[in-house]
Amino acid sequence: MSASSDSAGGTEGRGLINWIDQRFPLTSLWKEHLAEYYAPKNFNFWYFFGSLALLVLVNQIVTGIFLTMNYKPSAAEAFASIQYIMNDVEWGWLIRYMHTTGASAFFIVVYLHMFRGLMYGSARKPRELIWIFGCLIFLLLMAEAFMGYVLPWGNMSFWGAQVITSLFGSLPVVGSTLVEWIRGDYVIADATLNRFFALHVAALPLALVFLVIAHVMALHEVGSNNPDGIEIKKLKGKDGHPLDGIPFHPYYTVKDMVGVAGFLLLFCGVIFFEPTFGGLFLESANYTPANPLQTPPDITPVWYFTPFYAMLRAVPSFAGTQVWGVLVMGSAVVILFFVPWLDRSPAKSIRYKGPIYKIALALFVVAFVTLGVCGMHPPAGIYPLLARVGTAIYFAFFLLMPWYTKIDRVKPVPERVTGHA
Amino acid sequence: MLKRILLIAAILLPGAAALAQEVPLLHADTNINDLQSLQRGARDFMNYCSGCHSLRYIRYERMATDLHIPLPLLKKNLMYTSSKPLDHIVSAMPGDDAVTWFGNQPPDLTLMARYMGVDYIYSFLKGFYADHTRLWGVNNLYKPNVAMPFVLASLQGVQKPVYKSETDPSGHASMTLVGVEPGTQGSMTPEEYDRFVRDLANFLDYTAEPIKAKRESMGVFVTLFLLVFFVFAYLLKKEYWKDVH
Amino acid sequence: MDDQVDHSRRRLLTVATVGTGAIGVAFAAAPFLASWNPSARAKALGAPVEVDASKLEPGQMIKVAWRGQPIYVVRRTKDVIQHLGDHNDLLVDPDSDASEQPAYIKASGAARARNPEYWVGLGVCTHLGCAPLGAFERRKEFQLAGVDLGSNWPGGFYCPCHGSKYDASGRVFKNVPAPKNLTIPPYALGKDMHIVIGVDDASQNA
Repeated sequence: MSASSDSAGGTEGRGLINWIDQRFPLTSLWKEHLAEYYAPKNFNFWYFFGSLALLVLVNQIVTGIFLTMNYKPSAAEAFASIQYIMNDVEWGWLIRYMHTTGASAFFIVVYLHMFRGLMYGSARKPRELIWIFGCLIFLLLMAEAFMGYVLPWGNMSFWGAQVITSLFGSLPVVGSTLVEWIRGDYVIADATLNRFFALHVAALPLALVFLVIAHVMALHEVGSNNPDGIEIKKLKGKDGHPLDGIPFHPYYTVKDMVGVAGFLLLFCGVIFFEPTFGGLFLESANYTPANPLQTPPDITPVWYFTPFYAMLRAVPSFAGTQVWGVLVMGSAVVILFFVPWLDRSPAKSIRYKGPIYKIALALFVVAFVTLGVCGMHPPAGIYPLLARVGTAIYFAFFLLMPWYTKIDRVKPVPERVTGHA
Repeated sequence: MLKRILLIAAILLPGAAALAQEVPLLHADTNINDLQSLQRGARDFMNYCSGCHSLRYIRYERMATDLHIPLPLLKKNLMYTSSKPLDHIVSAMPGDDAVTWFGNQPPDLTLMARYMGVDYIYSFLKGFYADHTRLWGVNNLYKPNVAMPFVLASLQGVQKPVYKSETDPSGHASMTLVGVEPGTQGSMTPEEYDRFVRDLANFLDYTAEPIKAKRESMGVFVTLFLLVFFVFAYLLKKEYWKDVH
Repeated sequence: MDDQVDHSRRRLLTVATVGTGAIGVAFAAAPFLASWNPSARAKALGAPVEVDASKLEPGQMIKVAWRGQPIYVVRRTKDVIQHLGDHNDLLVDPDSDASEQPAYIKASGAARARNPEYWVGLGVCTHLGCAPLGAFERRKEFQLAGVDLGSNWPGGFYCPCHGSKYDASGRVFKNVPAPKNLTIPPYALGKDMHIVIGVDDASQNA
């Protein structure tokens, strides 16, 4: 009895899938991207962050949608509406903390994801477009985070937006007109808040989702790189599948699940025990309403922008204009796009590259973190000097890359991947 | 524009930093789970602070529920305005009058503990000292030229400032404020006043984030649950990866 | 790949992981669903409303808003009250069996009030939600807003939108579009004719 009903249910289920498959490529999508997407079997710890970034994106979209249900995008009401969410809406505090913690978590996983790319040569041919899509995602993410930060309309929101929009004022000729156009007013005002809200909740997320789809489609077209930097498609077995590849599902779905569990432990730890993360994820200066007449004593962006902010301040004004700092900060992001062509090493992965690249990458990380610390502190004492050295190393890492990757000693790259976790 | 802002920041910052270094904040050592302390803080806030300061992001009823204050007691002893229990805690003082009397509007205190910190509130309330150059005869160690009169003077008494004289290399002698010492006698002993101020700081820590105590206790269960999930997921991964050689 | 796969262990762990994950997702979803409940602000705005009816003259009505809806408080004349039971055969639902009101109102019979002199009800026509007008005197002829309310008007309400008529207890007459009597919210009588709308017991009034 039970056996017959089981089999009946089974055929019915397949019948439905057949019905769908004739109208929509459900099974072929499933096969192409999960069940028969062959990924290298030697992914290590660093390969968790792609799927985690996707998880955080979903978290931001879902919590963001629920926040908009109670948030008021007007200068008069925004600040109070955040407190309304925190105190009056059932569970509103949790939804908000998930969103604020998610913003920082997004940058943490994305920075680690990008670092992975630099380590294992993931940007190299034939994955240039994956990298470029990724850089575009990063750029949009910065815009998204910046506009999101303005919405609570605390005093730091206001002055942060005032400073960042002022950057455009340093551009020659069009500067001041451009700033007014961006703000829709002579200062950051209701109009600015309103348009930032529209961009933050509709335009940018939409663009982000499209870019993420493009990023993953490009990845699945050429196949994943791996810690050895070997093209696994070169060696295929009799079944036509790469010898060093395993189906993404179930092997990497179950593995990523472990990553998700580990990530959620940390994520929820922050949400429930230290949602401000010592003032890094939620700044105390933002707990007073926007006041156009009173600058906070210490204008610093949120931690994930501080490396770039430090570069901005590291450059002295020259020939009567501040535009150079702005250009340097912009170049720091733009230069990322060129990484696929800057690396001239015959080996992709750091495992087979020589000592020069290892030192260069280590210096780069130290410089980036140092810049982040500099950006959090007022430009006094040792910090301006550190920021300048850090900026120099940051750019040297990229600009000298064609040279030092060429002269570097390279170990032979094996035919097959080495080991797996 | 940017230049100006950076300049302002550069000028303001070393000053603020130097001040903070001169008079470090006292440590409040509050406990958000100490219900009695919170109840005393609520009572004291309503008695001494709510005449001028609002808590406009929290409602009487929420406070009463969270702090286990019975509704009749709340209405009888803690509500001095014509508000209803579901209203926000808004002071009866008209804003325009406040500007006339004090030069500015007394700040809303709901979020003060998140904005300036619990230690700041605690230190501030212990930092008033006699200064006859000021309108209300007092100044504050932690907030120089404070506009607020010292309404707790009858409890603490009025402290005296302690100066240190310094002579800079060019031979100019100057007096630097370094602390306060007991002055006139108040109705409370120093220990009583210390507890009084700690209770207030604790209560304002509560108003700044009413969910704080609950969130932390909830976090324990969430963590335990996720640990179970982590173990299952890890074992599942191990099991499947036996296939991969 | 491996022939010695322990399928039962694999299935067990899959069920355990997916099951725990599903419980987790359910727990995570609950706060999002709960966030749609009326917030503390909505509850504050929906709190009971106190009306001072002591200065109301016979035949007069005051309107108050409760939960965003108009509440009518009418002081009925002795004349109208005396004759409330006279026209039951003209009504759709004279005993309010099919209408909405608290049990203690239904038990009060034709008066539909805790105190027969003061009638409290929702000023929302049960047809399409217009606000009925008051015509609280007993008259042989009653002209209201240019409309003749018919002979022997017993005092009551007239809805200008589609001509529904109710008596002074909010009970709907036959042959009009409205299907039910006017709804009566929970309310209580406090001291000195202060009526508290939204609670069954005046001591509950927050």
